[in-house]
Amino acid sequence: MSSTDPAAWAGYGEHPPRVGFFTDTSVCIGCKACEVACKEWNAVPEDGLLLTGMSYDNTGSLNASTWRHVAFIEQPTPPADDDDDAVRWLMSSDVCKHCTEAACLDVCPTGALMRTEFGTVVVQDDVCNGCGYCVSACPFGVIARRESDGGAHKCTLCYDRIGDGLTPACAKACPTESIQFGPVDELRERAQARVSELQESGETRARLYLENPDDGVGGAGAFFLLLDEPEVYGLPPDPVATTRDLPRMWRHVAAAGASLAAGALIACLGAGRRRT
Amino acid sequence: MRAGRAGQDRRATRGGRGGEELLVPRARPDSYYGRPVIKETVWEAPDIAGYLFLGGLAGASSLLAAFAQLSGNSELPRVSKVAATGAIGVSLAALVHDLGRPARFLNMLRVFKVTSPMSVGTWLLTGYGPMAGAAAASAVTGRMPRAGAAATAGAAALGAGVATYTAALICDTAVPAWHEGYREMPFLFAGSAASAAGGLGMLAVGPDRAGPAVRFAAGGAVAELSAKRLMLRRMGATAEPYQDGKAGRLLRAAEALTAGGAAGAVLARRSRPGLVLSGAALLAGSALTRLGIFEAGRASARDPKYTVGPQRERLAGRAGQGTV
Repeated sequence: MSSTDPAAWAGYGEHPPRVGFFTDTSVCIGCKACEVACKEWNAVPEDGLLLTGMSYDNTGSLNASTWRHVAFIEQPTPPADDDDDAVRWLMSSDVCKHCTEAACLDVCPTGALMRTEFGTVVVQDDVCNGCGYCVSACPFGVIARRESDGGAHKCTLCYDRIGDGLTPACAKACPTESIQFGPVDELRERAQARVSELQESGETRARLYLENPDDGVGGAGAFFLLLDEPEVYGLPPDPVATTRDLPRMWRHVAAAGASLAAGALIACLGAGRRRT
Repeated sequence: MRAGRAGQDRRATRGGRGGEELLVPRARPDSYYGRPVIKETVWEAPDIAGYLFLGGLAGASSLLAAFAQLSGNSELPRVSKVAATGAIGVSLAALVHDLGRPARFLNMLRVFKVTSPMSVGTWLLTGYGPMAGAAAASAVTGRMPRAGAAATAGAAALGAGVATYTAALICDTAVPAWHEGYREMPFLFAGSAASAAGGLGMLAVGPDRAGPAVRFAAGGAVAELSAKRLMLRRMGATAEPYQDGKAGRLLRAAEALTAGGAAGAVLARRSRPGLVLSGAALLAGSALTRLGIFEAGRASARDPKYTVGPQRERLAGRAGQGTV
């Protein structure tokens, strides 16, 4: 298993192992204890109280003031089933992925977004000036700007708790261990074992999502076991950190800038001769 | 699930139109209740689309001013330098206004990050703004011509960056319609900037001195329209947000204004009213182009099919090559 150590890349010398979440959606019961615990611990403000009509999901999506979001999908089961009304419940607690290659962090122009010694990604609220670049850079639609204070906010992986050796609030509150917290290397092993177990027991659609360091975001610190395609849960099937293409973008910008200058030069050539 | 079904129907009707889509397995229609996967930009159109236009106008005007000055033209450089200063001044105000916490705009100067086009742009503007201003002040007052010439050269050099880096600014995002255009967008922006700067010069300079402005504008218009055509052809299904809805209407109007303005500039370059009309059309065309591109990005972020579809095709392509 290839290991990824973004904290070392960010310049931390001696540092604790990279930690993250393994969210095993196969045992999620949709209790939303994670959402509540996150709000309570982090004092995240209310994010609207609306009925969405989306099954039991009245939270909607991750947002500046929603750092855990439980998705509810009621899937009709195959026709072979006797019961016409039978549904397969998919429930999944979504969270910031704490990407190995974090586009939000790359594009942040103030340095407000930073890599911690744990390999997680956090916003320094006292630095963020609310430019909103991270919002458009995130391939998962996680980070957002809060209307009330103008700053960007997202999951901190409970930076204040893990620094004290505590488990993040959501994982602590999860009654089924659907949300597991720990060193990423260890979680990857656990996830592999779990997905094998499920597949052997006949759940062929079980798959791991974002655990692979070779994917478009270099693997995530928070990865998932899903029971269907990622897009069913509102997740992108093959996300790529936009900054991977940035070196090419800069080359194109340089060529275009040079062309613009050449164009201006050519446009002005002969102008002097023609007069008088 | 109902939302998912609706998404499926939309996709099915689209399938017949885009020939390219049928070459690979149809992307799965699923989405989470039709909700977007990525967040829509929090940038406001008047501020940021406005800045894309004004930054281009400013940067290209500084280039035009510098080269026109070298060629012995004195009227056009003065106009272009004043325009560049005004455009960049309004841009800075718009950029600060667009921040969620405007009072902290100076935090941009804490760091320099080449991984952030906004950071690079901040430093470009920090260098460019004062030079453009100094060049304009010297040109208008006639004082300190040597310093003015140095500022003119500096503003021109940085102006090339100011006019084009904004393409990287919007393309370095997860927004499908912006990101997928990253190859051509800088050339599109450069062309649009040149047509705007040339158009502005034509507004203010008489036919005997407007030659450089006309040529710059016409060349820019051709570059912009060609780059746009190339970009949309290569994008495949991701080009849709540029053709449909509000963005489509804006871009069609922009194309008519830019093409008409460029043709008018060349044909009517000896007539003052012809130049003024063409210049105004070119400026409006450039502004609408930026606004249209901005809106296309917004539309592509709003509909999950633009995020999921191309990613599914990419996965299917990799599976076909056996490299999953």
